[in-house]
Amino acid sequence: LIEFCGLLLDHPVVNGSGTFDAIAARRAFGDALLEEFPFSAFVSKTITLAPRAGNPPPRLWEAPAGMINSIGLPNRGLHGYLEHDLPQLAQLPVPLVTNVMGATQDEVAQLVEAVDERPEIAAIELNVSCPNVKTGLDIGADPGSLAALVRAVRPLARKPLIVKLTPNTADVAAVAQAAESEGADAVSLINTLRAMALQPSGAGAGPWLGGGTGGLSGPAIRNVALAQVAAVARRVAIPIVGMGGVARGTHAKDLISVGATLVAVGTENFRDPRAAARIAIELKSLQIGASPSSSMNASEARLEVDVNCADS
Amino acid sequence: MRTLAPFGRRRVRVTGADDVGAYRVLHAADPAGPAPAAGQFYMLAAAERWGAEEDERPYLPRAFSFLRAAGGTLSFMLQDVGPGTRRLAELAAGDGLWLTGPLGEGFGGPADGRRALLAGGGVGVPPLAAWAHALAVRGLRATAVLGFRDAHHAAGAVLLQDADVTVATDDGSTGHHGLVTELLAAELQRDQRAVVYACGPPAMLEAVRALCAEHDVPAQLALEAGMACGFGACYGCVVPVREGGYVRLCVDGPVLDAARVERVPEHSH
Repeated sequence: LIEFCGLLLDHPVVNGSGTFDAIAARRAFGDALLEEFPFSAFVSKTITLAPRAGNPPPRLWEAPAGMINSIGLPNRGLHGYLEHDLPQLAQLPVPLVTNVMGATQDEVAQLVEAVDERPEIAAIELNVSCPNVKTGLDIGADPGSLAALVRAVRPLARKPLIVKLTPNTADVAAVAQAAESEGADAVSLINTLRAMALQPSGAGAGPWLGGGTGGLSGPAIRNVALAQVAAVARRVAIPIVGMGGVARGTHAKDLISVGATLVAVGTENFRDPRAAARIAIELKSLQIGASPSSSMNASEARLEVDVNCADS
Repeated sequence: MRTLAPFGRRRVRVTGADDVGAYRVLHAADPAGPAPAAGQFYMLAAAERWGAEEDERPYLPRAFSFLRAAGGTLSFMLQDVGPGTRRLAELAAGDGLWLTGPLGEGFGGPADGRRALLAGGGVGVPPLAAWAHALAVRGLRATAVLGFRDAHHAAGAVLLQDADVTVATDDGSTGHHGLVTELLAAELQRDQRAVVYACGPPAMLEAVRALCAEHDVPAQLALEAGMACGFGACYGCVVPVREGGYVRLCVDGPVLDAARVERVPEHSH
């Protein structure tokens, strides 16, 4: 068991917000999803006050060793989330973290207050870093703005408050310090790096993504994440959820070795919905320094063999 | 109709591949996998050397409707159009393949004693072939009209068995010289009590949709969109719907009732 902000978790691997929809996944995989749930806590996609349809397609671009997304935070809005999504997410076998984003301080306050009232929710994550939405970028990029926001909403929440940091800023550690000094219980990073792709057809063609720009994720950003988590860990004492390009146990171990308490899997979920379970097993075997076959049961060992085959 | 997928991707073995006209048909043994419903799809990635090709791609798995599922073997139809399909087209017997699926919602019906009329072409053949087979198992013989660029591509029509097939080509090198919608219009004129099942390139699919709407004939469209995950996580594969907003093709489709679709979107990757 691992302790994080007062929550006891089975292992240190969770999901990045917006990289796994447990409700949709249950439609695809049935109750096997609940029986073999890969994350030790589940982080919801970002919830906003009003419903959002999201950005016009195209929303995806495959990049070198990664991808750019411009999804635009589609969600049912706070009311729809509490009425429709929450009863289903409450059936998950792990603690639920609800991620919220508001365009103004008042909106964030309303979201935090409403989410804090619900016993099904274990913790709140503030999205101040989504590069697809102007406001998120502005607040999370500036230590002063972020401090003001956390100062305003911190007293409204009894639940642990995690601040998700943006990498699109000059000094991420200064922003993390601002969050800590105003009472954040933890920080999570990195979100996606702002990126752009052009239409492949013809010279002078405009942006490919319907939203203009998007966020880069995947192995391409793994070493950026490592540097930023290390920089933040040197400046804050609160726990860190590290993420960015984690695809194997060794990547998770690297983030933990520079100061992360938990590690989130994001884009790798897209390539394999069960990736986080494999990563947690690989991490465990690395941490206890045992060979995979001696520390795992037969099915886990078989999974490990498959992974090794994929390497060769 | 939908068959649930086992949770997680699984590594299966390629048992062979054939060239059929301009297309490659890849076979893989999936003895432990469930029987998919026609129109469902799988996410595929080569187990070795997936990545580090042109522009350090491919990275994400690629979505393919299955062509056939029989005796524990799945077959997929590919056309080399980019780094992902190129790598998959290289695979040979004994190679490893990562596979997640079956995913999404397949075809249903036909109801009210209507006949099944299949329309499409190009790489849209697989879900129609799977559906023709599923209908044949139920004792229903479908009529199919398929369009291709030329005779070389039209060789792919042989993959649609279990139906009465008529072919059109753009260049007239085989079959009807013209559009598949001309064949479809003639079929609808002959007997309008039909449900149209369609899959093909966006422009063709849009023409089929418009024709069916004009004749007030129900249609089910198997759509395509750039997709990262296939199980509703990434929110990338959306299409706008008449009732407002977007739906994700991977969980709400890929087969959508044509009445929900205002216009078939152009390819998004």
